[in-house]
Amino acid sequence: MPKIKIDGVEMEVPAGITILQACELAGLEIPRFCYHERLSIAGNCRMCLVEVKPGPPKPQASCALPVADKQEIFTTTPMVQKARRGVMEFLLINHPLDCPICDQGGECDLQDQAMGYGFDRSRYHENKRAVPDKELGPLVKTSMNRCIHCTRCIRFATEVAGTEELGATGRGESMEVTTYVEHALTSELSGNLVDLCPVGALTSKPYAFEARSWELTKTESVDVMDALGSNIRVDTRGAQVMRVLPRLNDDVNEEWISDKTRHAIDGLRYQRLDRPYVRKGGKLVEATWDQAFTAIAEKLGKLEGAKIAAIAGDQCDAESMVALKDLMAGLGSPNIDCRQDGARLEGGPRGSYIFNAGIRGIDQADAILLVGTNPRWEAPVLNARIRKRYLHGRCAIGGIGLIDDLSYPVERLGMGPASLRELVDGKLGFFEKLKAGKNPLIILGMGALARPDGAAVLALARELADKLGAVRDDWNGFAVLHTAAARVGGLDLGLVPGEGGRDVEGILAGCEKGEIAAVYLLAADEIATKRLGKAFVIYQGHHGDAGANRADVVLPGAAYTEKPGAYVNTEGRMQLARRAAYPPGDAREDWAILRALSDRLGKTLPYDTLEQVRERLVCVNKSFAAIDQQQAGGWGTFGASGPLGDAMFASPIANFYMTCAISRSSRTMAECIASREEFAQRYLARARRMG
Amino acid sequence: MITADPMDVPYVEEFRFLPEYLEKAKALIANYPPGRQASAVIGVLDLVQRQEGWLSRTAMDEVAKLLDMAPIRVYEIATFYTMFQLKPKGKYLLQVCTTTPCWLRGSDAIMKACEHAADGKTFSVQEVECLGACVNAPVVQINDDFYEDLDEASLQKVLDAFRRGETPKPGPQVDRQTSAPEGGPTTLRSE
Amino acid sequence: MLADKDRIFTNLYGFHDWRLPAARARGAWDGTKAILERGPDAIIDEMKKSGLRGRGGAGFPTGLKWSFMPKEVKDRPHYLVVNADESEPGTCKDRDIMRHDPHLLVEGCLIAGFAMRANAGYIYVRGEFYNEAQTLIAAIKEAYDAGLLGKNACGSGWDFDLYVHRGAGAYICGEETALLESLEGKKGMPRLKPPFPAGSGLYGCPSTVNNVESIAVAPTILRRGAAWFAGIGRPNNTGTKLFCISGHVNKPCNVEEEMGIPLRELIDRHAGGVRGGWDNLLAVIPGGASVPLLPKSICDTVLVDFDSLRDQKSGLGTAAVIVMDKSTDIVKAIARLSQFYKHESCGQCTPCREGTGWMWRVMERMVVGNARIDEIDALEDVTRQVEGHTICALGDAAAWPIQGLIRHFRPEMERRIRARTEKLAAE
Repeated sequence: MPKIKIDGVEMEVPAGITILQACELAGLEIPRFCYHERLSIAGNCRMCLVEVKPGPPKPQASCALPVADKQEIFTTTPMVQKARRGVMEFLLINHPLDCPICDQGGECDLQDQAMGYGFDRSRYHENKRAVPDKELGPLVKTSMNRCIHCTRCIRFATEVAGTEELGATGRGESMEVTTYVEHALTSELSGNLVDLCPVGALTSKPYAFEARSWELTKTESVDVMDALGSNIRVDTRGAQVMRVLPRLNDDVNEEWISDKTRHAIDGLRYQRLDRPYVRKGGKLVEATWDQAFTAIAEKLGKLEGAKIAAIAGDQCDAESMVALKDLMAGLGSPNIDCRQDGARLEGGPRGSYIFNAGIRGIDQADAILLVGTNPRWEAPVLNARIRKRYLHGRCAIGGIGLIDDLSYPVERLGMGPASLRELVDGKLGFFEKLKAGKNPLIILGMGALARPDGAAVLALARELADKLGAVRDDWNGFAVLHTAAARVGGLDLGLVPGEGGRDVEGILAGCEKGEIAAVYLLAADEIATKRLGKAFVIYQGHHGDAGANRADVVLPGAAYTEKPGAYVNTEGRMQLARRAAYPPGDAREDWAILRALSDRLGKTLPYDTLEQVRERLVCVNKSFAAIDQQQAGGWGTFGASGPLGDAMFASPIANFYMTCAISRSSRTMAECIASREEFAQRYLARARRMG
Repeated sequence: MITADPMDVPYVEEFRFLPEYLEKAKALIANYPPGRQASAVIGVLDLVQRQEGWLSRTAMDEVAKLLDMAPIRVYEIATFYTMFQLKPKGKYLLQVCTTTPCWLRGSDAIMKACEHAADGKTFSVQEVECLGACVNAPVVQINDDFYEDLDEASLQKVLDAFRRGETPKPGPQVDRQTSAPEGGPTTLRSE
Repeated sequence: MLADKDRIFTNLYGFHDWRLPAARARGAWDGTKAILERGPDAIIDEMKKSGLRGRGGAGFPTGLKWSFMPKEVKDRPHYLVVNADESEPGTCKDRDIMRHDPHLLVEGCLIAGFAMRANAGYIYVRGEFYNEAQTLIAAIKEAYDAGLLGKNACGSGWDFDLYVHRGAGAYICGEETALLESLEGKKGMPRLKPPFPAGSGLYGCPSTVNNVESIAVAPTILRRGAAWFAGIGRPNNTGTKLFCISGHVNKPCNVEEEMGIPLRELIDRHAGGVRGGWDNLLAVIPGGASVPLLPKSICDTVLVDFDSLRDQKSGLGTAAVIVMDKSTDIVKAIARLSQFYKHESCGQCTPCREGTGWMWRVMERMVVGNARIDEIDALEDVTRQVEGHTICALGDAAAWPIQGLIRHFRPEMERRIRARTEKLAAE
């Protein structure tokens, strides 16, 4: 470990770190704009200059200089002060003084650092540079006069997102950050550019002029737009969710979130169920809670358990799911399911349905196989992690099924189960690459499991894992990538058909045949509601989407930002979402609705408080006690032997921007879809005009 | 300086290398180690420009494909280096050096005359920085050739010759051998 | 004055043929194999002894630079890169080497490449030198055909491939790491150092970047011996040097002379003297645009070499002598250089990107006196804020000419400001 002196204080630091990192270890804050921990080092802003001895008689960029033994570093000498003040002045001469109308105001690095290193007046008497704004689509608003050319956005797009479409054209003071050819950014991670921009050049378009950062209440929570469980901060003003930002968690999302996580939130304002409804004369009419419960009690009271069924949706919190399960048990119904998509995960050992390697495990993988998944759309942040692994080098990546541009090259091994069979039998060259890896990683998506032969595919994948030695004490490379935030929690709770019970397909078939007379949809909208036949449908949820449209009784629940809730992500990590705002109108927390209804049905659930529900969760599955930790899953036989189908593996997500009731209600998401079309049209129009 | 896809240029539906140019492009790529084909980007863009006269976006996209680069990286290159023309130019591009050594010897007048001659068809004019022929100032580069030691009269002669479809002799337009002093060298006179 | 027999570039002006047979007749490729047989270490040692300092501007000892390359080729190949991106205003010497004596350069590349254990070399020629590049390519082809390059070059047992890479108009690519970036197919934006090219250069491999002239003189030095070269010029400033004399002289020209020649002698003897006579001299920029100018009083006696000019707070740079007589608008002359640097700044780092534009705009106002007196101090301060704070030396190069102007011509700048103020007051 090199011994260095920082401002006269001697310390030992790890070899290989930079001077800037060493200064941070010493508790010193070094100002910077271009440097970012997760991006390559550019060294271009020159704000982090420090004096280093021995060295040339000029200040050095601390972000780029590695520490060396016996180095002396000075961070406050006149040379350093002069350099930083100079850089600050240069940054400001062409920066507009429009802080009062800049959305970055209050959380602007330039503003903050100008307080420390700026002058109180300008010596620059020339005209300021005017830079045309760029059109980057519906999410990122540009104000390029404010750009300080730190190139963080370019590096993010190139390195992390893997969509090389931002660059700096021209040179010198005419250099502009741009796509050159105007088009919407094609990354599903583009919102992160806004976080990375240290000034107000790139700001959030949907959030433009909506609020000031200091007016907002900040709540730390968890995202439910995919099964990753990204850690988020929900910023609210009153009852309104104003924006969602990422929180740092190296195990899960590092510090990125997807555009859907960030920008689908305007969907929380539209199509909301804010009071109960009861269908009368074919029409849903407003009702009181009492009227709604009465209607339900009248219907369910007459039915035997086998004629009742319940389906839990993809964004349900564990609390409401356990309450649903307990209520159905009380009603004597074995017909429960949390797998709207029909994934053939039968609730075997936990290791059969989680991403055992952990998201962090991707960093350690040295050969990756993707089966029936499009991680770029199913979990963009996880996809970026695979890309990071790819960039690090020496990691073979292969895929079976329909594989799009994932932002890293994928060796295409075939389209369907037959190819997987060949791979397992060692007939494909890629088998050797997997075998050669110390830590092979098999990522199994819903495109491979949510199909009639899913259980056979699952068994085949397990066979592959065993053959590769991918499941050991120190490594478990069997990884299921879910698309539903609620899924692992539901499976942990055993929200699958009981003895003789029906799964989703069975329930729908039963409805069609009249064998099922009542269905309880807990925020379940992604099923074929047309197949519900004449069944009496209770819909409990937060949006007037497919389920509510078909319902006979609607019970208004809470969205993920409006209730405390437990979610288990795809790797089996239990995380708690917190309430950032109250649900609208008469809507209530979901477990409490079920608790109240159970009372009316005479099957009173044995818990009255959230704490008691959570105790119940732990009772059902101990893994719910391990908050924020990834609990290893057990291993054993699972899946089922059976015939393999011919159909190719295809991701269940056809449209990244709209996958749930919230994102379907989001105008921002609709704009994202429209803008891609629009830019294509615009280009065609120009082509026609120019002939 | 062009920093965004220019809209006032002809729309180019398709770009294809002529066989001889494609061959040259491949020869250039072969100058670099395998996987380092991006090294050839300046050379390949130069070939496109020699073939087409300027760089259309369509052509740049084609170059990106040929070299397995993201198009934005090619746009960056094309807008960074001043020799790349992102709009069509006249048959002869008059690149007038006006940096101090040329300016000291009268490049203002040369620039003025060239601007006067520029009609966008036969001649286009571009002010350039030091061309690296300072002892032969003032200098105008016309396409690939340097015309040196110019004054207004000799420049007019050169331009007139181009107008007539001739290619006047490049180099000093006064009586001297390349960079040797006028009137004969002061060194290397012994055989 | 340097004797003709001691001149290296005997076809500097192109009176003779550049092709291989003629070049051989002038001494090129003579005993190359024997030179290579001395081995890399002996070659580097001889180069060190010659005292040759890099001819690209910075004056770093060439032999020492070569010695920084790893002694063994490990997993990464070594590269020689020759900087022929000659763009420093006032400088046009490498052009003459490429078009009139290309074989000296090609031979030098083989020797230098061999000495640094490189099997491949790239010569980065500025894009505007199209014809020069073609000559060089033809010379390389001749060398291949004669077995002087390629497999078993010169029968030495060493394989060496040499390529010409053309630029496309960017002064910054003369900076060695920007040149490497450009050679890799990127924008010419200088890299952060460390790592230095000898550790991680072209394609991340050990590389050395040398100026054309530094490489082209190497074969002759090795043929005639370090002592011969070191015996020319002054200690620490040895050898012969190509000078470019431009501006207000009667006969602008390039000439090979001895290092340390008095500036006045250089101008009078080879360039026909200052236009209107020595007393009509106003100032000289002695080493290309980036070095501070010298007023006549210093020019009267100063010697032209690294150390003498450094002592006068200027520099030898590329030995491009730009002469300005008393008719010169000296503020305008420097303002034009400021415009040059503004135009050529790559835009990567803050002080240069913002500072070059600022300095140029203030300089343009200084030309017409549209400023306050204290803005001269502010301008000087801005140059100090750029200097030493940038990734590469372009920031320094942009700052120094202005510093030189203020140092020596501040009264003239003040005079203009006062004149304008008085004129405005009178109106």
